[in-house]
Amino acid sequence: MLGRLTVEAIPLYSWVAMGGALVTLGGGLAVFLLITYLRAWKVLWTDWMTSVDHKKIGIMYVVLALVMLVRGFVDALMMRAQQAIALNSEGYLPPEHFEQIFSSHGTIMIFFVAMPFLTGLINIIVPQQIGARDVAFPFLNSVSLWLTAAGAGLVLVSLVIGKFSTAGWTGYPPYSGIEYNPGVGVDYWIWALAVSGIGSTLSGINFIVTIVKNRCPGMTYMRMPLFTWTTLCISVLIAFAFPALTVVAVQLALDRTLGFHFFTNGDGGNMMMFANLLWIWGHPEVYILVLPAFGIFSEVVATFSRKRLFGYKSLVYATACIAILSFTVWLHHFFTMGSSANVNAVFGIATMIIAVPTGVKIFDWLFTMYRGRIEFHPAMVYTIGFMVTFVIGGVTGVLLALPPADYLMHNSTFLVAHFHNMLIPGALFGYFAGLNYWFPKAFGFKLNAKWGIRSFWFWLIGFYLAFMPLYVLGFMGMSRRMEHYADPNWQPYLIVAAIGALCVLCGIACIGIQLYVSAKNWGSARDVTGDPWNGRTLEWATSSPPAAYNFAIVPEVRDVDAFHDMKIQGTAYQSPLQYEDIVMPKSSGIGPILGALAFVLGFAMVWYIWWLAALCLVLCLVCAGVRACDDNSDFVIPASEVARLENARLAQITPADMHDMRDFMPRGAASGSVLQGRV
Amino acid sequence: MNHTAERSLTTYLTGFVLAVILTAIPFALVWGGLLTGMAVYIVIAVAAILQVIVHLVFFLHIDLKSTPSENLFFLAFAAILICIMVGGSLWIMMDLHHRMT
Repeated sequence: MLGRLTVEAIPLYSWVAMGGALVTLGGGLAVFLLITYLRAWKVLWTDWMTSVDHKKIGIMYVVLALVMLVRGFVDALMMRAQQAIALNSEGYLPPEHFEQIFSSHGTIMIFFVAMPFLTGLINIIVPQQIGARDVAFPFLNSVSLWLTAAGAGLVLVSLVIGKFSTAGWTGYPPYSGIEYNPGVGVDYWIWALAVSGIGSTLSGINFIVTIVKNRCPGMTYMRMPLFTWTTLCISVLIAFAFPALTVVAVQLALDRTLGFHFFTNGDGGNMMMFANLLWIWGHPEVYILVLPAFGIFSEVVATFSRKRLFGYKSLVYATACIAILSFTVWLHHFFTMGSSANVNAVFGIATMIIAVPTGVKIFDWLFTMYRGRIEFHPAMVYTIGFMVTFVIGGVTGVLLALPPADYLMHNSTFLVAHFHNMLIPGALFGYFAGLNYWFPKAFGFKLNAKWGIRSFWFWLIGFYLAFMPLYVLGFMGMSRRMEHYADPNWQPYLIVAAIGALCVLCGIACIGIQLYVSAKNWGSARDVTGDPWNGRTLEWATSSPPAAYNFAIVPEVRDVDAFHDMKIQGTAYQSPLQYEDIVMPKSSGIGPILGALAFVLGFAMVWYIWWLAALCLVLCLVCAGVRACDDNSDFVIPASEVARLENARLAQITPADMHDMRDFMPRGAASGSVLQGRV
Repeated sequence: MNHTAERSLTTYLTGFVLAVILTAIPFALVWGGLLTGMAVYIVIAVAAILQVIVHLVFFLHIDLKSTPSENLFFLAFAAILICIMVGGSLWIMMDLHHRMT
């Protein structure tokens, strides 16, 4: 009846694991009670969970990412604490628990922090940047969100019921095979990835279609903002790379549950194919995480330098080059597997080539800042911190791209330091910059800058303290994922790294305080115009927060910096002669229901509860059928209602709030071409 | 039934028959043991690629004349990526196989 689910699934094997389970349960209970206390269930369901509005879906994605960031960071803190004290001793974590922690840290940070964070920012901003009223498939968007949330839910549940994978976030067989890992941990990992992976694939397809088909008149490809360009490129990467992950996860599941032999040691299996397929997804995934951040940096650096982005075209071509090259380098993750020198050399050279378009981007951002009027907004500070730190990570990456050097550094903490050096500044700092930059667009008030700057310094200093010692330790021969060690020379470095992790903890706390302080004082930081930073791209033309339809009148674009151009022309904030009816998609409860079914399906597969899995699968198909038969999924916002909303908005804006750019004519060596304006 | 619908029904049926034949050939080869060794793999691969083309032409109605060049560009891009992924995997795994034996 319940498969292999018994009372023994409750983690009584160590007090730390039990504590984790209790904290998870307590957190869930606290959220439940808070919502009940605020009597917010109905609002939550009708206005948020069932919503197909891309802005609300985006906000929910970012909330999911921030919650999971805390969860993933607790793992990191625990690992740092363990390694700081585990010289010739057991530390406080038993080995099999330590293994779970590093596996869940990687899985959570990639799949349930970085992916939802970037998908959320894309959701909120990209439709507005291209002058669209919604994404191409709003309902599919809701399904993607809830599938991602279902995957995250599976990882969280593994804390309370059963164990998580001990096979690392990459789950290499044969160790992740049924022979060496008979428990439920790897199955949790597989099903969390499979469920959220489907959500990501659907998001990718959704955004390809949105950007190709829904652009407003005049928005040619070469006028799209850089963030939209990077989104288009990563959507293509998602659509092509994620199927490889789905296939490899399903193959491993078949090996484990039905006795197949794709990746087993004997019977014709080949475990090297797992590494190959995993990294066919895995390397593009790195760029899926990093490229949107590059897009955010491009927007931020232009806005807060008060200049047109330097080398727009070169940035677009560099993005496209990186996107294609990201599919040609995956073998560098397993140079040491034993390929011949020719194979390793080809992939090593391809890897080094990627540094070229990336370097182009760094120079473009630097030239944008050159002789600009730089404003040190938190988003801009994160951008500058990124540029300095990311270059260090890039240099160590080129070092690792040399197969002979990789043979020495492979599996050492040098590698750990390298990829954190890419992903923390290259992805996370970008998302934080985006959070600070676009928060007023999503909520209608600005975030507190003082706490933003504080969070930046804690994160930056914490990052250097935590990861520079790991570079040194890698050279000293420390391999990654060590539960304890015997070399006393390592310990000072590991203590410094632990202090760095504490520093990052302060950075996360600062973000929490920033959100709290800003929400408390929201009235004094309101964004009336919808354009708090004197922005350049089209998302700043809508109100903050935007109306359900974003644009009452679909805009016409004549320039790369579309909204900047409108301000120069004096056409911004003009009310049209008349409004028209707007057709928008209705909310639908099927998205969250599908997510819940996918969660139960995954849970049933983990615990071998076959009848429940079959039932959920059938119900999923029924839901899809019900939705497909629904021919009445739109509703109309009448023109009078649109006029009322728009007039109320325009009446609030006083000339003092506006950034009047009509007399603005930038000139000079670094400002690019002279913008046409009314002088 | 108007003229266009009739023509499209014919294309769907033609496509279906071709797809069935292209599926039956590799199946028969393996089941009946008609070919062995490398030849089987090559025939299966060729039949699979032809099947993809049949789907594109008869079911998705893609051709070089009436399909917008934008869509053809995306299709070409997809083809390149698939070549990189499949070709690269074959190269890597065969190289490993060669060194293991």
